[in-house]
Amino acid sequence: MKKMGSVSAASTIIQLFHVCKQFSNKAAVVDITLDILRNQFVFVCGPSGAGKSTLLKLLYLGEPLSEGQILIEKINLSRIRRKKIPFLRREFGIIFQDFKLIPTKTVFENVMLVLEAKGKIDKMAQKKVNSLLRSVGLENKENVYPPTLSGGEQQRVAVARAVVGDPKIILADEPTGNLDSVSATMIMDLLKKIHLRGATVIVATHNENLFRDINARIIRLENGRLISDHLQEQSQ
Amino acid sequence: MTPYARRAVKDIFKNVYLNAVAVITISLSVLIISAFGLFVLNANDIVNAWKDGIRIMAYLKPGVSGEKLLDMETGIREMKGVKTVDFISRDAAMEFLKEKMKGQASLLGNLEENPLPDAFEISLIPELRDSQEIDTLAKTIGSLPKVDEVEYGQVWLKRFINIFNIFRFAAVGIGGLFFMASVFIIGNTIRLVLYSRREEIEIMRFVGATDRFIKIPFYLEGIILGATGGGIGIVASYIGYAVVSSNMVQGISSGFFHIRFFPPEMTLEIFLCSILVGWLGCYLSLKQFLKQ
Ligand SMILES: Nc1ncnc2c1ncn2[C@@H]1O[C@H](COP(=O)(O)OP(=O)(O)OP(=O)(O)O)[C@@H](O)[C@H]1O
Ligand SMILES: [Mg+2]
Repeated sequence: MKKMGSVSAASTIIQLFHVCKQFSNKAAVVDITLDILRNQFVFVCGPSGAGKSTLLKLLYLGEPLSEGQILIEKINLSRIRRKKIPFLRREFGIIFQDFKLIPTKTVFENVMLVLEAKGKIDKMAQKKVNSLLRSVGLENKENVYPPTLSGGEQQRVAVARAVVGDPKIILADEPTGNLDSVSATMIMDLLKKIHLRGATVIVATHNENLFRDINARIIRLENGRLISDHLQEQSQ
Repeated sequence: MTPYARRAVKDIFKNVYLNAVAVITISLSVLIISAFGLFVLNANDIVNAWKDGIRIMAYLKPGVSGEKLLDMETGIREMKGVKTVDFISRDAAMEFLKEKMKGQASLLGNLEENPLPDAFEISLIPELRDSQEIDTLAKTIGSLPKVDEVEYGQVWLKRFINIFNIFRFAAVGIGGLFFMASVFIIGNTIRLVLYSRREEIEIMRFVGATDRFIKIPFYLEGIILGATGGGIGIVASYIGYAVVSSNMVQGISSGFFHIRFFPPEMTLEIFLCSILVGWLGCYLSLKQFLKQ
């Protein structure tokens, strides 16, 4: 009995407490407090410039926060030791809005990098990368360099790289921004699959069509402020 | 290890120009340092050979013999800095002279009486050979009551040794300067490579790469640059040495002495030093770069 209680208490994976991010001339995130539960599927939506990307950046220490506290798995990001940061980041699979693929590495190498960084370079790891590239429809592009790919293809590489390490948390910033509806559905299906395996998924988007048919938590931002936060249940 | 090495080698070929400049810098530094080193090494050989020949000759007043002579000999032998003492009687000295001047025997034949004095030939321990103490020792021997005159170490040799020591000092200084310059150049090369790849490094960090994972290929790169530059520099100095020494054999000095290259351990040391330069340059720029 007690055990169950503690499980539900531990199921908060991300906590934000009065988080603010102030750029020199702009408050990008203003006083946001929220908890994200383990294995939740969360959409962060809002118009361009609302602060969606900035909020995600704060989570993976892509930017230092100005005020407030963020806890990831009970680790306070303001207090984390420099040496531990890489290990915290391995909890995340990040799909960047601008992809951030390494232009001088092949598609395969870009995805493989995540596993290499963890010291996994064996045949198993290579097989995993290959099968993942197949599942995003890039099986023929393994040895191609990202700059020669279309925007949509690059985005799919970014998705493959984000999920290859089996991260606990997926941070996806406009993961379907450059994709036609078929590819977009493919990516969303992949994210749903990762979610079913137990990952917490956070998707930032201004495309409301994405979450029409998903049971998810919808968080809406405007001018850096949280203006609504609700669970959307599909007909069940 | 292999993926790191692969990354390092790939990087070098991606920035051929930059890396070529670094390699050439190290090669030239090694070449210049080697030239100085070889000069000092060989000059040192020559000086040592000369120094070995330094003797103090103590010429005795006439009529010292027997017990007195023996006492004197042990007295000198016990002085600080003396290695051996040989008594050379006036007769033996005459014999020697006659032997040497065979052709002109008539010159000596005219002498009715042997004009040469008895003498002690005193050789010195190596530590004494180029110091001021040699003067002190000679004076002490010269002040012995039965010693008539002392003759020793050519003054010009001492002067030469002094100048040579300055050279040796300069060589160390110049070596140090070139070492630092090479570290700086390598450091700068790595810094430029780091700078041109800062986005890539940022991405690696975002996907969870540790500093160690990011650093190792750069260290390998620095070490490869150092080793390549060092290797080329050593080969170039050997070629230079071979050319100079073969010209020397034809020249006047042929039979007199031969110049030599660094012994193997020293060659290895130079090589390891250039690797150290690569590592150090890398260490410094990475330390600065990854702090941000
Ligand atoms: N590095 C920065 N320096 C200064 N201002 C910034 C920086 N990054 C973001 N901003 C500003 O913060 C605000 C929020 O930016 P953010 O990228 O989070 O928006 P967004 O919600 O992701 O928008 P979009 O849907 O267009 O991607 C914007 O007004 C932007 O100009
Ligand atoms: Mg954005």
